[in-house]
Order: sequence, then C-alpha cells, then structure tokens
Amino acid sequence: MKELSLNILDIAENSVKARASLTQILLSETANTLTLTIADDGCGMDAETVRRVTDPFYTTRTTRSVGLGLPLLKLEAEMTDGTLDVVSRHEAEFPDNHGTTVTAVFHTDHIDCPSLGDVVATMTTLIQGHPDTDFLFRHEREGRESVELDTRELRLVLEDVPLDSYEVLQWIDGFLKEAYQ
Amino acid sequence: MKSLAELQAIKEKMQNKVALREGSGEKRVVVGMATCGIAAGARPVLNAFVEQVNEGGLAATVTVTQTGCIGLCQFEPVVEVTEAGKEKVTYVKMTADKVARVVEEHLKGGTPVADFMMKA
Repeated sequence: MKELSLNILDIAENSVKARASLTQILLSETANTLTLTIADDGCGMDAETVRRVTDPFYTTRTTRSVGLGLPLLKLEAEMTDGTLDVVSRHEAEFPDNHGTTVTAVFHTDHIDCPSLGDVVATMTTLIQGHPDTDFLFRHEREGRESVELDTRELRLVLEDVPLDSYEVLQWIDGFLKEAYQ
Repeated sequence: MKSLAELQAIKEKMQNKVALREGSGEKRVVVGMATCGIAAGARPVLNAFVEQVNEGGLAATVTVTQTGCIGLCQFEPVVEVTEAGKEKVTYVKMTADKVARVVEEHLKGGTPVADFMMKA
C-alpha cells in the first residue's frame, strides 16, 4: 500500500463485512508514534480465527486463497518497530458485546514509516460504499484540535436523505478538509 | 466553516428532489475495492466516477457502487459496467484519468471504450 489511509480503507471493509453497525476509526499521534485503532461491533471472530488472520494464507475471500489486508498492515507496523494486535469477541460467545478491535502502532520517526496519506478520501469512500452503516472517525494530534466526524450525528440532521448523496459526500469532504487546515 | 446548518439546507434541497431520483440505476458502475483493488489504485478511480457521474448530470440513470474482489487481481483496478439487456463490460487497469472517456463515450454515448477493456 502506498499510504496508511489505504490500509485503513481496506481493514474497515472487514468491519462492514462483519455486519458492524458502527465502525470506529481512531488515529492518535504523539511526538513519535501513530496509533491506529479500528474497532467495530460486528460479528467478531473465534480465538482460532483471530490467531490466523495475520497469516497471508488465511482469507474469507472466495475468489482466491490469499488474504493480504491484515498481514500487510502488520508488516508495515513491524517495519517501524511497531506492533499489530487483534482482539475479538465472537457473537456466539458474547451475544451482547461482540466485535473486533485492530490496533496498529507505528513509530513515526522510523525511516520505514508510511505516510498517512489522504484519510479524507478514505472516509468519503467508506461512506459512499456503505451509507447504511455508521462510522466514527477521530484523529487526535498533540497540541492541535481533534478532527472528528460521526455519521450518526449527520444522520440526525439528514433524516431520510442518504449519506451517499453526492451533495452530502461533498459536504463531508469539505468538512474534513476544513478541520485539517 | 462547514456547519450542520449547511447540511440541513442540503437535506431540504434533496428531499424536494427525492421523487426525481427514484427509478434510477439503469446503468451500474461497479468498482472492485478489495485489498488488491485498493492497493492498485481503485480509490481515486471510484471517486472520479462518483464526481463525474454527478457533475455530468448522469446521477438519475447511473449508479456507482463498490464491490469486493472480482477475481482479476492482476488487472486491478477493475471496473464493471452493467446495463439491463446488454452484455457486461469489464474495464481493466483503470486510472482516474481514464474515467472521463468511460463517462463520456460509454455512460453518456452508449459505446463502450474498447481501448480499456481486457484483450482476449
């Protein structure tokens, strides 16, 4: 992946496939680390599946037998001496409190740290593709105001107007770009 | 500053248009957005389609959607255009720059762009 925002788009798709109603994408920066957390309330995975998800030869795909999403993110984090952790609660075992949380830590002062890239395009792409599920995006940066978008709040205003309406997507794009300025 | 009041205005404008939007989707543009597609550059391709279909006034007849892996990973980004009663057209190795021709010649003009299709 050319930039971390593309990994975010890729991993968040797993949450949507797991029937998440809310997928939270949190970025938290300190002076020399970037922590990415993608947490969903989807169906979750059992312990055996969690153990295998970072194995490139494990996948839920049906078109071929290689799944590179999480293995790639793990490799990219570890290349900066960072870490990747996956914690999951399967719905069979935790009917009221299930879901998956992926946490990747990058050392931003490491020469191999990828650039974050266009997270705004990642958010508009996720919302365009999945207008019926909710996303909470928050980017915390030391000494600066957080950038935050919660589609549940937008839905309250929009009522029956879909989130993937072009005018709404443009508003989201403009809103996030302004927040980053 | 972008405000929720502005979003409220968009909602009111859109609600008046809802009747017009229904019955849409004669043509579907489907962009493969699995790991392979995303890594190969599908995100700007999708966004170019969304922008140009809407800016070009085609939103009433063309729906742009995302899908997982289409199974042609080495040809990603892959875009399929489907239309009732017509054979599916598959565009391979798409870029955001190629989108304008597909919108103009295929979605508006009705003639698929052979240059961007998979060679047999």
